[in-house]
Amino acid sequence: MSLRYILLAVALMAIVTYIPRALPIVLFKRKIKSQRITSFLYYTPYAVLGAMTFPSIIYSTGNLYYSIAGTLVALGLAYLEQGLMKVALGAVLIVFLCHVYF
Amino acid sequence: MAKDNQTSEKNNIKKPIAKENSINDFKQGVKKGLPIAFGYVPVAFAFGLLAVKGGIPVWIAILISMTNLTSAGQFAGVGLIMAQATLFEITLTTFVINIRYMLMSLALAQKVVEKMPRLHRSIMAFGITDETFAVSSLEEREITFPFMMGLITGPYFGWALGTALGAILTNFLPVAVQNSMGIALYAMFIALIIPAAKKSKAVLVVIIVAIAISSAFKWVPFLNKLSQGWVIILATVIASAVGAIFFPRSEERV
Repeated sequence: MSLRYILLAVALMAIVTYIPRALPIVLFKRKIKSQRITSFLYYTPYAVLGAMTFPSIIYSTGNLYYSIAGTLVALGLAYLEQGLMKVALGAVLIVFLCHVYF
Repeated sequence: MAKDNQTSEKNNIKKPIAKENSINDFKQGVKKGLPIAFGYVPVAFAFGLLAVKGGIPVWIAILISMTNLTSAGQFAGVGLIMAQATLFEITLTTFVINIRYMLMSLALAQKVVEKMPRLHRSIMAFGITDETFAVSSLEEREITFPFMMGLITGPYFGWALGTALGAILTNFLPVAVQNSMGIALYAMFIALIIPAAKKSKAVLVVIIVAIAISSAFKWVPFLNKLSQGWVIILATVIASAVGAIFFPRSEERV
């Protein structure tokens, strides 16, 4: 793994991460009027995050059951609206305790 | 005459107020960004850990976080670098994973002050992440450049700092801790969507549809050949379309 290869990969990653972020907001200066489209756009973040989280989350810790325990804790804390940090750390803590005690 | 005085007075006052408004907007943004910044630390920590464990130098792990500022794309990209994939494959995969930002960027274009100049747009675009997007789209009013820059600041440094900590502490942490950190990213996503799903049945339906599609493409034979980036895009487009068709939003705000 040469340094040149890694740096090139990182630069390419940075470019293809920036382009999708910038293009639409720079190009579309006028607001979209269509209710269909604005509704669609309103729902996208929830769809993206849902699809990214499940089912990936249950493969995220190297143990299916521990991951499920962590997922349930995250769901519970999020339902109680505990905020990003508490939910993330709560899930990590439960998975860690499972690793330690089982 | 009196009228003239009024207008000139108005013009005189306008500038300092505008400046004060930008400072206030920036501060407000910073305030809203802090929970994201704290949420990023454990996730970035997990990233730094994974990268260095896989043989990436500490400074490069930090460089990746400071130039990419993205969760899923970085995890995937570093995984591919460790597997010595071709540059083409790395570029294509991270691009596909990041296509979702186009949807967010387009949605934000509806939400920002219409007359924001292109230069400002291109600068703030760097800070669009799943989380900063979710928070800014929940704002009641139009988004200004100072607000967005404030919102981005905390998460940017939280992401870099978390990566640095994870990268440096790798060798001191027991494996159990390292494995446990893997769930942090997803737990954070859950924290972002559940409160909204609680309040809106439409959002809940959209989330369930998206999850059903991504699960199908994970477990159903043949369907599971499609790469994760494409699955996310497909699930997003279908689920959001279902939302738009069955629960069109009547309000003005996006």
